[in-house]
Amino acid sequence: MNIHEYQAKALLKGYGAPVAEGVAILSVDEAEAAARQLPGPLYVVKSQIHAGGRGKGKFKELGPDAKGGVRLAKSIEEVVAHAKDMLGNTLVTAQTGEAGKQVNRLYIEDGADIARELYCSLLVDRSVGRVAFVVSTEGGMDIEAVAHDTPEKIHTIAIDPEAGVTADDVAKIVAALALDGAAAEDAKSLFPALYAAFNEKDMSLLEINPLIVMTNGHLRVLDAKVSFDGNALFRHDDVRALRDETEEDTKEIEASKWDLAYVALDGNIGCMVNGAGLAMATMDIIKLYGKEPANFCDVGGGAGKEKVAAAFKIITADPKVEGILVNIFGGIMKCDVIAEGVIAAVKEVGLKVPLVVRLEGTNVELGKKILNESGLAITAADDLDDAAKKIVAAING
Amino acid sequence: MSILVNKNTKVLVQGLTGKTGTFHTEQALAYYGTQMVGGIHPKKGGETWTGSKGETLPIFTSVAEAKEKTGADASVIYVPPAGAADAIIEAIDAEIPFITCITEGIPVMDMVRVKAKLDKSKSRLLGPNCPGILTPEECKIGIMPGSIFRKGSVGIVSRSGTLTYEAVFQTSNEGLGQTTAVGIGGDPVKGTEFIDVLEMFLADEATTSIIMIGEIGGSAEEDAAQFLIDEAKKGRKKPMAGFIAGRTAPKGRTMGHAGAVVSGGKGDAESKIAAMEAAGIKVSPSPARLGKTLVEVLKG
Repeated sequence: MNIHEYQAKALLKGYGAPVAEGVAILSVDEAEAAARQLPGPLYVVKSQIHAGGRGKGKFKELGPDAKGGVRLAKSIEEVVAHAKDMLGNTLVTAQTGEAGKQVNRLYIEDGADIARELYCSLLVDRSVGRVAFVVSTEGGMDIEAVAHDTPEKIHTIAIDPEAGVTADDVAKIVAALALDGAAAEDAKSLFPALYAAFNEKDMSLLEINPLIVMTNGHLRVLDAKVSFDGNALFRHDDVRALRDETEEDTKEIEASKWDLAYVALDGNIGCMVNGAGLAMATMDIIKLYGKEPANFCDVGGGAGKEKVAAAFKIITADPKVEGILVNIFGGIMKCDVIAEGVIAAVKEVGLKVPLVVRLEGTNVELGKKILNESGLAITAADDLDDAAKKIVAAING
Repeated sequence: MSILVNKNTKVLVQGLTGKTGTFHTEQALAYYGTQMVGGIHPKKGGETWTGSKGETLPIFTSVAEAKEKTGADASVIYVPPAGAADAIIEAIDAEIPFITCITEGIPVMDMVRVKAKLDKSKSRLLGPNCPGILTPEECKIGIMPGSIFRKGSVGIVSRSGTLTYEAVFQTSNEGLGQTTAVGIGGDPVKGTEFIDVLEMFLADEATTSIIMIGEIGGSAEEDAAQFLIDEAKKGRKKPMAGFIAGRTAPKGRTMGHAGAVVSGGKGDAESKIAAMEAAGIKVSPSPARLGKTLVEVLKG
């Protein structure tokens, strides 16, 4: 689960991290009052959407010469003008896709005098099974490009969970970021605080890009991106309260209510599969035969008829879907349960596109019998290859 | 032969009394008499578990007590996510040699805590978020469907449950059969990795070929490929086929498994396929052709 920058900063501030003063607003009317609460004379007006690359992004409605989704303002009037320009318009960045995202919220922040821009993130380093700091002196840029072009400028410092962030760890980070003076002193509290926030809130990513050294020598968190481990949300009511459903795909929201693993994609063959690996492989084989999947959907191992029906309805409700492929290898999942779920959903919402079903594994004969006797126009497939060929052929007519 | 489990393996069940634990314990008992020797429940120690066909198992208060009274050398965990890490740690503390955790959805930070304990212990952990392990006609731990297996010569190791079944089914249909199938699970922080299982398959005489199934996220497949290259230089090499799921997955999105995500420019399918092919593994573009691909490799 992702949250907005202003929420991430408030959370980090609670752990004692140095962040600028700022106010989040939802309408132009609030812009002037928000700016007046800040010291000035420099302000930053930042679009709050769940995607990176906002500064270099462009507003669809404003033409190519307009400024991006993060803007400097030198007066309160300028803050208000930017707010009018940005709110309600659609920001397209390298991470939003062509459709872009509507900017419904701005964060008005006190400006900072920047001496250096650094990069700092925390994540779980799977190769060692530990939380690690990833730091670089090359802040404010696309870190993937830095990692690709100059990997020697990226430093990874894994933390022993039983010891926490030690003085030695901080010294390594300070050296990697070439910090001195006040910044090195700030580091002694900042990095352990970030680690504590990551641990206690079950984050999956905490990215500060850039972390800045100001002209007064101190560190400040200038941008913050935080994602949380979905599997740990059950123990964090405060984190769940930060969820902004307007940032999510409506189909994915519906799927999450049923505890379905669903990801909306751009193609036109809907998929319903059991198991994450098989669901990905089903997408891959559709592509192999020249088409694109409309979604990833893993109904899981223990799904009942109702959950299967819910998944099927979410897939059929997608207007892009021109055909559906159901691929089940029943281990825990029983094929007859899948068959009954599909039939229940079709009876409720109808079936307007070709449907190919491949069943294998537990209770396969019973599942096939139920589908055959349903009288529905379902094409049966023998294996995954056959299933993919048949659905692609059905769509191509 | 086989790896990790055989007909002598004695298995405890943590989470036996739940619906999932009960169902799969019945299935295991019915699979060539897998030696399920007891269950654990902190409040039901001394009681008896009864399956739907009248099977019975003793329930113990703790893993330590159960191990002492049954001589168990393995444990399987069906405990729900919030308590699963503590269940693994209890099994580690009781020095159970082989622990399998089926549970999906354990918070990653809990697994970081488990991993720290595990690294200092004598136990091996398989999973979590895995289908378990099965040696045909001998021992079934976890949730793999026993009916598709056939005793034979292929070692199977996979990050995905259902793709493991595909590989098992296809190698059975080709008449090759399996020595052991191992599902290492789809979580980012886990116990047993590809390299551990590949080392065992290389050492196992009955295993004469191997199927390895990976997916996007992390670098375990690349690490495994390097391991295979290094071992081949020492003259240890077996014919291998493979598959990587997630070629079409978008960057930055988690695809069902917590560990299946391409992030920070790492973990994409193409680099994994390239690494595996460099290690001499024939990577099938289609998951429906795993068995046939292996047969082609074996024909040379």
